[in-house]
Amino acid sequence: LYLSSKSNMAFTLYSLIQAVILCVNAVAVLHEERFLSKIGWGVDQSIGGFGDEPGIKVQLMNLVRSVRTVMRVPLIAVNSVCIVLLLLFG
Amino acid sequence: LSSVYHPYHPRARAGPHTGDPLLFADTSSAAPPMNNQGYYTPGYNIGGAPVGGPEDAGVNNLFADPMASAAMMYGSSLANQGKDIVNKEISRYVSVNKLKYFFAVDSKYVMKKLLLLVFPYTHQDWEVRYHRDTPLTPRHDVNAPDLYIPSMAFITYILLAGMALGIQKRFSPEVLGLCASTALVWVVIEVLVMLLCLYILSVHSDLSIFDLFAYSGYKYVGMIFTVLGGLLFGSDGYFVALTWSSCALMFFIVRSLKMKILSSFSHNSMGAGATAKSRLRLYITVASAAFQPIIIYWLTSHLVR
Repeated sequence: LYLSSKSNMAFTLYSLIQAVILCVNAVAVLHEERFLSKIGWGVDQSIGGFGDEPGIKVQLMNLVRSVRTVMRVPLIAVNSVCIVLLLLFG
Repeated sequence: LSSVYHPYHPRARAGPHTGDPLLFADTSSAAPPMNNQGYYTPGYNIGGAPVGGPEDAGVNNLFADPMASAAMMYGSSLANQGKDIVNKEISRYVSVNKLKYFFAVDSKYVMKKLLLLVFPYTHQDWEVRYHRDTPLTPRHDVNAPDLYIPSMAFITYILLAGMALGIQKRFSPEVLGLCASTALVWVVIEVLVMLLCLYILSVHSDLSIFDLFAYSGYKYVGMIFTVLGGLLFGSDGYFVALTWSSCALMFFIVRSLKMKILSSFSHNSMGAGATAKSRLRLYITVASAAFQPIIIYWLTSHLVR
């Protein structure tokens, strides 16, 4: 449904789900060896700070690593479903 | 209570009905047989209008027949099992007790909170009070966040948007659904961004996801106020109401979140790192507050021309 009231970005829940799937896919394709280690975001480089509050970079690296670990298998299923739906319904 | 059954039993019989009040008050397995009987008998009575005696005898037999009553008991126990399973599944994903805390409101709290959202400048004490380590329910503490006001305000906003569009003769049911889902999606986006920022800055506050939904949902009250101002007083009224509700909401958000985010410090980590962190937390609070007028304008300007 592309009907939109004039000066508004018309959001539906479906477009939110699409955006979330695209973002999670983008995080999931960041390869550990080829890319993240090269820019200093690898797994072995995050055990730096021993203070009780890790820095922003460490938190981001942890977030990337956990998203990649957790969402690897569900993303296969979700992407397959999306591909089939887009092929059938355009 | 037997008077309730008169529409269903036009020819009232003395025998089984004396047992109705007891069975109706009891909501366990005894109740459905009475309801089923109520639904069955209109068919009997309408269909077999000229036949009097055998009809009543047949319904009496249905009630006294062991097979039918055993089947009804089995059906109601199945329904109870299904209800238990649904409750268990739901409570696996959404903790129902935590959700019940947010809806434990009364009308006094709602009035005070609405007044606070429109005019927060004279309120002194913004601290959420605790009672033995658990936060007080909204019924006892006006500073506690709740989900009742945001959900009611959301529905009222949808109705107001429909009315505003109808006044401009631009109404259609699809636009209403679009308006509703747009508003909901913006709140979800804001909650997700807040969660992300709170995680990255490792802010160990007790803000749960429902708290964030509550604080984000309070902007619906500002939106309703703005749209009402625009509908009643035209374009000037719209901008006056917009500035008023933006300032009030910004003040409210900053004062409420300051307690939760900025005071969750670990006091043993002093030094340059701590001040940078505290500055970032301040930025988060202020950015969250500054986002509110933008989104209020974005979501209401198309309703008021």
